[in-house]
Amino acid sequence: MLESYIRSRRQEKDILLMTHIVLGYPDFETSLALVETMVQAGVDLMELQIPFSEPIADGPVIARACQKALERGVTVRRCLEAAHEAAANNDIPFLFMSYFNILFKYGTDAFVQRAREAGIKGAIVPDVPPEEGDEYLTAMTAHGLDPIFIFAPTSTDDRMKIVARHARGFVYCVARKGVTGEKTEFSRDLDGYLARCRRATELPLALGFGVSSPEDVDALRGRVDIAVVGSQAIRVLEDKGAAAVGEFIAGLRK
Amino acid sequence: MNRPGYHGRFGGAFLPEILVATFDQLGQAFAQAKADPSFWQEYTELMSTYSCRPTPLTPADNLSRHFGGARIFVKREDLNHTGAHKANNVMAQGLLVRRMGKTRVIAETGAGQHGVATATMAARFGFSCTVYMGEEDVERQRPNVFWMQQLGAEVVPVRDGSRTLKDAINEALRDWARNMDDTHYVLGTASGPHPYPEMVAYFQSIIGLEARKQILAQAGKLPKRVYACVGGGSNAMGIFSGFMDDDVELVGVEAGGKGLGTGMHAARLASDQGSVGVAQGYKTYFLQDDDGQMRDTHSVAAGLDYVGVSPILAHLHETGRARFESATDAEVVEALRLTMRMEGLIPALESAHAFAQAFKEAPKLGSDDVIVINQSGRGDKDIFTVADAIGDPDWERFIIKKAEAYHA
Repeated sequence: MLESYIRSRRQEKDILLMTHIVLGYPDFETSLALVETMVQAGVDLMELQIPFSEPIADGPVIARACQKALERGVTVRRCLEAAHEAAANNDIPFLFMSYFNILFKYGTDAFVQRAREAGIKGAIVPDVPPEEGDEYLTAMTAHGLDPIFIFAPTSTDDRMKIVARHARGFVYCVARKGVTGEKTEFSRDLDGYLARCRRATELPLALGFGVSSPEDVDALRGRVDIAVVGSQAIRVLEDKGAAAVGEFIAGLRK
Repeated sequence: MNRPGYHGRFGGAFLPEILVATFDQLGQAFAQAKADPSFWQEYTELMSTYSCRPTPLTPADNLSRHFGGARIFVKREDLNHTGAHKANNVMAQGLLVRRMGKTRVIAETGAGQHGVATATMAARFGFSCTVYMGEEDVERQRPNVFWMQQLGAEVVPVRDGSRTLKDAINEALRDWARNMDDTHYVLGTASGPHPYPEMVAYFQSIIGLEARKQILAQAGKLPKRVYACVGGGSNAMGIFSGFMDDDVELVGVEAGGKGLGTGMHAARLASDQGSVGVAQGYKTYFLQDDDGQMRDTHSVAAGLDYVGVSPILAHLHETGRARFESATDAEVVEALRLTMRMEGLIPALESAHAFAQAFKEAPKLGSDDVIVINQSGRGDKDIFTVADAIGDPDWERFIIKKAEAYHA
């Protein structure tokens, strides 16, 4: 279970790191090499995004990566195989990130079962709020995967409590309004919001959206359990190549 | 399944958490407006002074004689300000924005009619306005882009995905996720997450309410069938809602594009190529592949060129309350030419789909039958596309000369 893994890992590290890749971008070979690189650089958890043609919660960097992957013929089946390979060869938990239609069209239960067989531990599906989550939650529970839910600065205290009732593993706190890949000021304003998140759940907290530098990760120490780095790793990949990603990730937590 | 926002198994609100509170606020504002009789009164007054409501119901006697079957009537939504039924929804949402105290509106647009309508509304109400439009649509609907900009709106070309309507919707949702405090998203059709399908259908129901009264007054009976084109579904929902409880057959006409067999169309319900999925925040029939990736769609009419369809219409399709057909680009252009020549009406290419299907069926109906076609918009905006489709040599010469003049 993700929660106990996170808690025990936190005994050793004051902040954990979760990174993200888009499966099949720029190709599967690079995706799998990136996984190895990131794990060697000390990453604690990873999100494997299965590209969807309508990524409404993602900003331009991830949205374009998904689009390019799809243009090159990435299929869900191939993503599942790649995830299987990643999980078999690397000793950290992997989560799927995608949009609900990918699960729904595959057959939600069949998809989750297949994800479990691939060694996946949980999923982040940003367009499934708890109200729409019956089918998804039933499947996740049946196959023992953790559904990761999201808190946003716009979530009221009551809303956070509703979301928390369905959350397992950890809760992903979105640092600010907007979509992925834009700059975030990790100022004191964040403290009030994170205090609200803490009050709403006992689960570990991850914080993402705009985490892109060692300073950002530093600012999150003692405030959350997990820092999430998404778009910035893709930017490094695009600007400097796969080898530079390892350095970037290793340098985030000096 | 009577969950709010659901129509049978379709609809819902599959929203990123960041937008949940904003949709809640909108849902409450809409519920209050709906419960407040002064809102509808204010809306109809506004539409009778700023637009051209009630729009007339025109007997198309020449066409009726030509086909020799049912008597054809045309509901003239083209006579709205900005030339389409889009004005109805937009002005009502403008009233709602004012009630919510917001100062900025954003919109997606395909053909550009909804964008132009939103830009006029924003000018009238004093809101700032940004319109997202697929790059491909920006290229093929330049006149509407021009007008939006002249009306003070910022037009943002969307270069992601298939660069059409669905991509403009994604971009508008992303903008809203950033700017919900002062911004309202004026969604243009009866699709998208709850409460949009219900809300837009409610605002557009003004079409059906008028049409029902008018046909009873002018023909002395209810129509046998009502025809409307279906993109997202707002004009169809608008006119259908007036006849929902009557013994009237409701016919929705989707874009058959280059033919259902070619895969280049937007027939989500009328073809067997659509399947149920969840995208852009709601569950309905989409044109998608086996993995659930949305497919490219095609239509000569940009306003019908969309992968999803109103969840309310998907439900009416499934229950059999409405029938869905498709008309090809070629049939549509032919129907448009005939309508222009015989009635002096210029339907938009979108609306011409409804005409094309009605023309297929009218001869088979009896002479005492009456049918209503919803002319959802006027075709002037399509001058470039129509001229291309007709292949008018004089127009081509004019464009070449015009281009030369700019080069000089």
